[in-house]
Amino acid sequence: MNGYDFTLAGAQLTALGSGALYWRDKNLLCVSDMHLGKTERRARLGEANLPPYETHDTLSRLQADLDQTNAGTVVCLGDSFDDTQAAQSLLEAEKLWIARLQAGRRWIWIEGNHDPGPVDLGGTHLHELPLPPLTFRHIARPGQSGELSGHYHPKVTLPVRGRVITRPAFLVDVDRVILPAYGTYTGGLRSHDSVLNDVMRPEALAILTGNVPRAAPMPRGG
Amino acid sequence: MHELPQTFENWFHRRGWSVHPHQEQMLNRSNAPALLLIAPTGGGKTLAGFLPSLVDLADGAHQGLHTLYISPLKALAADIRRNLTTPVTEMDLPIRIEDRTGDTPYSRKQRQRADPPHILLTTPESLALLVSYEDAPRIFAGLKRVVVDEIHALAVSKRGDQLMLALSRLQALCPDLRRVGLSATVEDPAAIAHLLAKHPDPCEILMADPGPEPDIAMLETDAPPPWAGGGGVYAIPAVLEEIRRHRITLIFHNTRAQAEIFFHQLWLANEDALPIGIHHGSLDRVQRERVEAAMQRGELRAVVCTGSLDLGIDWGDVDLVIQVGAPKNVKRLVQRIGRANHRYNAPSKALLVPANRFEVIECRAALEAARDHDLDGDPRGTGPRDVLCQHILIRACAGPFDADALYNEVVTTGAYAGLDRVAFEACLDFCATGGYALRAYDQWQRLICRDRLWQLRDPRAARLIRMNIGTIQDADLVKVRMQRQRGGKPLGEIEDAFAATLTPGDTFLIGGQIVRYEGLREMVVEVSRDRAQKPKIATFAGTKFATSTQLSQRILRMFAKRDTDALPDHTRDWIALQEQVSRLPQANRLLIESFPHDGRENVCVYGFAGRNAQQTLGLLVTKRMEEMGLAPMGFVSTDYATLIWGLEPLEEAGALCDRAALKQGLEIWLSGNQVMKRTFRASASIAGLIQRNTPSARKTGRQATFSSDILYDTLVKYDPEHLLLDITREEAMRGLIDFGRIEEMLDRIDGRIDLVRLSRVTPFAAPVFLEAGRTPVEGAAQERLLAEETERLMSEAGLSA
Repeated sequence: MNGYDFTLAGAQLTALGSGALYWRDKNLLCVSDMHLGKTERRARLGEANLPPYETHDTLSRLQADLDQTNAGTVVCLGDSFDDTQAAQSLLEAEKLWIARLQAGRRWIWIEGNHDPGPVDLGGTHLHELPLPPLTFRHIARPGQSGELSGHYHPKVTLPVRGRVITRPAFLVDVDRVILPAYGTYTGGLRSHDSVLNDVMRPEALAILTGNVPRAAPMPRGG
Repeated sequence: MHELPQTFENWFHRRGWSVHPHQEQMLNRSNAPALLLIAPTGGGKTLAGFLPSLVDLADGAHQGLHTLYISPLKALAADIRRNLTTPVTEMDLPIRIEDRTGDTPYSRKQRQRADPPHILLTTPESLALLVSYEDAPRIFAGLKRVVVDEIHALAVSKRGDQLMLALSRLQALCPDLRRVGLSATVEDPAAIAHLLAKHPDPCEILMADPGPEPDIAMLETDAPPPWAGGGGVYAIPAVLEEIRRHRITLIFHNTRAQAEIFFHQLWLANEDALPIGIHHGSLDRVQRERVEAAMQRGELRAVVCTGSLDLGIDWGDVDLVIQVGAPKNVKRLVQRIGRANHRYNAPSKALLVPANRFEVIECRAALEAARDHDLDGDPRGTGPRDVLCQHILIRACAGPFDADALYNEVVTTGAYAGLDRVAFEACLDFCATGGYALRAYDQWQRLICRDRLWQLRDPRAARLIRMNIGTIQDADLVKVRMQRQRGGKPLGEIEDAFAATLTPGDTFLIGGQIVRYEGLREMVVEVSRDRAQKPKIATFAGTKFATSTQLSQRILRMFAKRDTDALPDHTRDWIALQEQVSRLPQANRLLIESFPHDGRENVCVYGFAGRNAQQTLGLLVTKRMEEMGLAPMGFVSTDYATLIWGLEPLEEAGALCDRAALKQGLEIWLSGNQVMKRTFRASASIAGLIQRNTPSARKTGRQATFSSDILYDTLVKYDPEHLLLDITREEAMRGLIDFGRIEEMLDRIDGRIDLVRLSRVTPFAAPVFLEAGRTPVEGAAQERLLAEETERLMSEAGLSA
């Protein structure tokens, strides 16, 4: 499997190049911040009509990750939908696709700030999911350990021989992992700032997504 | 009809002027629907444009807006207002003249809208905004004339297209509107006339006396120019000498970064403490205005500047223009020179300062071209459809419209005269629904059709559209400010990409001073003053100049004829060194140099084919290099060469130029590369798919722009026939040439490829390294470098796997 292996609180985890996280022992795949239905929400808010293919694109990547890992449990770490109305407004074909992905799997939707309520799409809706030694929630909380969260859409910028390469990245230290945003069209949001400096320990690592996930010490801001 | 009234005659007489023939003619023919005046700067062009309006308004009978004046520069609009106010005040004419640009304060803009002046001086973008208001018919009621100044500069750009579309709207509101264009000398006046007139009206062309030949020479210096880089700094002692000898000198640079470096170094050598200012578009507005006012008052002896000060601004007593760095085309050189010495019948004076030895050759060729009146020009195709999309949205802001009526209006614009109805409908569909193969937006369409009229579904959308009016593409810019407790002094802007490379303690130049990067706070770069000696250089997004095929051909001829006697010794030696170390490029042969430099392998392809062809060649050659496993990282093109850098050395050129291999897979390569993505980004912004300015961005100062690359990739994957991809291809091709012409080039060369493998940079390749406009190549190289860099960082931190 094309991934970067590491441990958190004793659990063996693999960061996939796609931005998903795989927990070998529980055969569990975790993704965060898919923001499905973003284009519908944008259009509803009167902004430009963006190419309406993001849900399809995100779901095809999720399908590919599920095919590759054969995960039996899926945890969506929050902001899976751009808002609750966007969830309802998904195309029929897209809703059916989600149902197909859910078939035969345990599926957990963790509440996010964009989608703070249950949606009518199968699976279990939880505010957080404790699965010792790890806990799944949307936003990191101070003083925790073994925590998996999302929300910040972390990206990392590395100057590489005259060029600057930016990639969504996992942020990892001994206490926690912050997952990058998984959804298509989420890459455009800046989020690498001092908040992350405060949340992560000084020795934190960044695992860059891409064809091959790679680790580097987490670049810190000013 | 149209005699000069006595008041005006008297005023001319009092000033000691006589009316120029072209000024008289402009007055006599002022009833023509369209008039184009070709006159050199300083030839009383402005007065020629305005006389009919001033005469018409002299009796005070006209109420409201009478004449609209459009210029490409905010500074020019302000300058014209100052100049026009003089005759109006001296003749005591009851005429209100005001300017309106992005710099005009909000309160004044409101007042102008409620109570328009007789003469309004503005820019294309501000006009587009006015046209978007629901009360546009009231604002423009009574409008009689439009004067478009420096039309030669606007005509070949999207700004000009936007302007002409706005004029088509004005013409619909005011059917008797008369149009006047004022232009510097151009190679094809008829083409400009065609763009100016309401199609298919005729447009009369008036040629003023071109005036005496400009006096252009190369600056003689004791120190020779370097092989590359330096930005003209070697010539500073000679430049200071010229400043002392003249009243006011303008020193032009091709990029803002060069202007900054030069200005800084100039001051270090300025022992006489001559007052010298700096002016460019990335500087804070207040600073720019200060310099403009000081120039007007004659308080400055020199100004170091870029294109922001370009075009016929009549700045008092400028008597010398110095051009540092080769002018990227001859036309621009001649027009800049039109700036010095505005006494009409005295020659304009200019000195060229080549920044490196290759530029000595380029300047020589440019001088000869200027003397031969060999002005180059780029032919332009039909009007770009992204600007049309923006125009449709602007029209919708002003109120409901009928599709037929709008189409008929649009095709009266010269540039869009050939637009067919189907193409128009596609643009309308894009504006209304996004134009996707997947119809997902019926409920949330931007425009809806009700009672056969198209209108905004939500009137509040007008605000977002108005905030994003314009066609000028800035790189993502970040503001720079002095660090203070409560908001320090704003200094200007730098490119986001440059800001991303800064760490606290780095120093760079802005506004002529060295500042130290302290940090980024709320998307503003905070700096403090610093006494460092060697600053890191900020890159500034500057206007990309059009390039010239003719100049590069001249240069090849110079080499072939060994015609180097006219060149200084240091340049002749340098050419001899190139010949000794490598080879001299020749027509009908392709010289390719391969050498390591700065940790990478480099390939320099000397086609001398002009920048568009060289850029196309760059795309094709990097494709082959990727296939051959040479891991190219990026390339940059000039008129005469393409430099490619990568990880593996080139050992065999035949495989590189294999025609069949070049062509195969070209479509896929083109659609994946940065040239297309950059073009898409510009077109998507103009057409309204991406909004750079939003209300939330204004509040927080953040530019949370959608990544255009992701949108591009998504469209290529799921909607390859989409209108914006079509527009992107068309736009990208303007900057490239078609494969057929590459084949012609390969035919001419007929296998005569000289690959020279060297151990270091050659004289001719050196300047290309500093050329702006690098195109990154996405390929294996990126992954390899990322792998190396992350491994290095991990081992440095003691964290190796």
